[in-house]
Amino acid sequence: MARMTMIEAVRSAMDVSMGRDEDVVVFGEDVGYFGGVFRCTQGLQAKYGKTRCFDAPISEAGIVGTAIGMAAYGLKPCVEIQFADYMYPAYDQLTQEAARIRYRSNGDFTCPIVVRMPTGGGIFGGQTHSQSPEALFTHVCGLKVIVPSNPYDAKGLLISAIEDPDPVMFLEPKRLYNGPFDGHHERPVTPWSKHELGDVPEGHYSIPIGKAEIRRKGSAVTVIAYGTMVHVALAAAEETGIDAEVIDLRSLLPLDLETIVQSVTKTGRCVVVHEATLTSGFGGELVALVQEHCFYHLEAPVVRVTGWDTPYPHAQEWDYFPGPARVGRALTEAMEA
Amino acid sequence: MDEFSRLSLHVPEPAVRPGDQPDFSNVKIPKAGSVPRPEVDVEPEAIRDLAYSIIRVLNREGEAVGPWAGLLSDEELLTGLRHMMLLRAFDARMLMAQRQGKTSFYMQHLGEEAVSCAFRRALRRGDMNFPTYRQAGLLIADDYPMVDMMNQIFSNELDPCHGRQLPVMYTSKEHGFFTISGNLATQYVQAVGWAMASAIKNDTRIAAGWIGDGSTAESDFHSSLVFASTYKAPVILNIVNNQWAISTFQGIARGGSGTFAARGLGFGIPALRVDGNDYLAVYAVARWAAERARRNLGPTLIEYVTYRVGAHSTSDDPSAYRPKTESEAWPLGDPVLRLKKHLILRGVWSDERHAQAEAEIMDQVIQAQKEAESHGTLHAGGRPSVRDIFEGVYAEMPPHIRRQRQKAGY
Repeated sequence: MARMTMIEAVRSAMDVSMGRDEDVVVFGEDVGYFGGVFRCTQGLQAKYGKTRCFDAPISEAGIVGTAIGMAAYGLKPCVEIQFADYMYPAYDQLTQEAARIRYRSNGDFTCPIVVRMPTGGGIFGGQTHSQSPEALFTHVCGLKVIVPSNPYDAKGLLISAIEDPDPVMFLEPKRLYNGPFDGHHERPVTPWSKHELGDVPEGHYSIPIGKAEIRRKGSAVTVIAYGTMVHVALAAAEETGIDAEVIDLRSLLPLDLETIVQSVTKTGRCVVVHEATLTSGFGGELVALVQEHCFYHLEAPVVRVTGWDTPYPHAQEWDYFPGPARVGRALTEAMEA
Repeated sequence: MDEFSRLSLHVPEPAVRPGDQPDFSNVKIPKAGSVPRPEVDVEPEAIRDLAYSIIRVLNREGEAVGPWAGLLSDEELLTGLRHMMLLRAFDARMLMAQRQGKTSFYMQHLGEEAVSCAFRRALRRGDMNFPTYRQAGLLIADDYPMVDMMNQIFSNELDPCHGRQLPVMYTSKEHGFFTISGNLATQYVQAVGWAMASAIKNDTRIAAGWIGDGSTAESDFHSSLVFASTYKAPVILNIVNNQWAISTFQGIARGGSGTFAARGLGFGIPALRVDGNDYLAVYAVARWAAERARRNLGPTLIEYVTYRVGAHSTSDDPSAYRPKTESEAWPLGDPVLRLKKHLILRGVWSDERHAQAEAEIMDQVIQAQKEAESHGTLHAGGRPSVRDIFEGVYAEMPPHIRRQRQKAGY
C-alpha cells in the first residue's frame, strides 16, 4: 500500500497494465517524453520504450482513429485527450466508429480502447479547459463512461477499463488530481495523503465497472453525484447537518440503478448533483430513472444542482461551480417540500 | 484608396453539364509505358513527378509496355479478368434485385472493377483493408463466398452482420476486410493505426486505407497523412478518383490545381497516380507500394484515375448532373474490355471464350443468388431475430439493455 494522488494512481494503473500486458500502448499529446501536461504518464516511456508510450500529433481525431485501428489489430490502446474540451474533433471517431464496431460487424472486429481525459473546472481553466462532456458519451450506445472521485477508485477503475473488451471513456476530474475538494475554493486543498482513499495498493487490483459506492450512509435524502461533486455533496451534508445518503456513481454507463433505487426507496427524497450544464445533462437521465422506478416512494420532487446553461466562465468560476452552499439549499428544499 | 475592386467568390464548375458534349480534354494522359519505375527505396523527393503523371501499362493496341509491365503470368491475368467479370455480373444482379425490392439499396462498381480486384492480388493473407463501399472486388478477388455477400445485401437470416448494417457494408476479418462505416474518411486513419500496431508488434503484415476523391476533403484524410508520415506506418493510402462524389465533380474537393496524389507530397509521402482502368498498372503500382511497406520504408499514397460509370447508388440519378454519354467518352476505356483485348493479343483468350465465360459467370451468380434468396430477402422469407437488435452492443449485455430486450418481448 502506498499513498498516492489521483495523478499517481492513474499513472500506476497504466504502469501495472503495461507491465502485465505487452499489448497495452499509451499515447497522446505530450504524453511521451514529457509525461503529459498533468504528468499522468511520466516515466512510462522511459520504462516501456517509445513504441509503447509516445507523443502524438495535435490531432484528436487522429489519436482516437489510430487507436481504433490498433484495437482492430489486437492492441489495447489507452490514449489521452489533453483536456476533455479537446475531444470534440474525435467525437465522430468515438461515437460512430469505436462505439459501433462490435455491433455492426457482429463481433468480427472489436474496439477495446480507453480514452482518458481531464474533465471539469476549478483550476481557472476558462471555457476551453473546464468542460464536463459526460452526457455526450452516455447518449452513445456502445461506449462505457467512468468518472472516479478518488485515487483508489481511479486506479482500480482504470485497470478495469484497460482490461475491458469495449471502448471506455475515462473522465478524470482534474480538480481532484492532487486532493479531495469540498467546494470551498478559499481553503487549501487537503492532499490525498491525508485521506483514506489515498491509500492505494501498488500492484494490480480492479474495481468492477457499473457499480456505485455509498460514500455516506443516511436516511433522510439521497444525493446522487460523481467525480468532484461527491466531495461537494459530502461537505453539504456535513454543513447542513441533514442526514443525507451520498451515492458516488463512479460509472455512468453502465449505471448502477439498483443502488440508486434502493437508496431513494429508503429515503423518499433525492438531489442530483453534477458540474455539467443543466439542460439535457446526465442529471436529467438520473431524475427520469428515479421517477420511473421510485415514484410511489417519493415524498418530494427531485432537485437538480448543476452548472449553469452557459459556457464555463473564467473570472466567475466559483459562481459557476456548484458548491456546498448550493447543494445545501437543494437538500433543504428537498426536505421541506 | 480605390486601388482594389470588390472581391468575388470562385466556385469551380465541371466543364460540361447535361445536354453538353462530354469533354475530357483537361485529363492529361501520358503514353502507356512512359512513366519510369523507381526503386522502392527511392527518396520521395526524387519522384515528385509521379504525383502529376499517370502510370499506364496497357496501350491502345492492348499491348503491355514499359517498366511497370511484365509482372503477371497469363494465368494470373485470366484470373484477374474472371474476378472483374464476376464483380460486374454480381453488380448487375444485385442492382436488379434492388429494383425488385429485395433490398433497400445497392452500390455498383461499373467501370472501377480493376482498382479493387487488382489491388487485392498485390496483398498477402493477413494484410488488412479499410475499404469504402466501392471495393467489393477486394472480397471477390480473395474468393470470399459470394452467397455471404448476398446474404448481407438481403439482410436475411444468414447475414453475417445480423441485419444491423446497410447493404454492401460487408465485414470479414479473415479476408482482410474491415467492417465498413457509412461515414466518410473515418476509416482512413484507422488503417494507419492498424499499420502502426503491426509495426509496434514487429509483425510482417501491412494495411491499406481507401477513400474517394470527394472524401479527401474530410479532416480525417489529413490526420491520416500526418500519422502515416510521422510514424512511417506500413500502410498504402488509396484514393479512388472516379471523378464524382455523388453529384459533385472532383474539382470541388481538389480545387483547380494539382492532383489528389500531390496532397501526399507535403507530408513527404511518395505519391503515385495510376490508370485505374488498367488491371496491370494497378497491380504493378500496388505491389510497388506493398513492397515499400513490407520493407519498413513507410506509407505510399496512390491515386487511381478512373470513372464512375454507374450512379453513386441506387438512390442517385447521374443524368441530372452530367451528360448521359460521358462514361463512353472516358478516355481510359473499360477495364474489362482492355484486359480482354490484352489477353486476346497474348493468344490466351478469344471473343468466343469471353462470351462463354460471361454466360458461365452469370449462371454462377444466379445460382448464388438463388441460394441467398432461399434464406430470405429484406422484405420476404428468413430474417435475423429481433433479439439480434440487443445483442453485441457490448461484449456482455449490461442490465439496461437486458431490461429493454425483455420489454420488447425477447
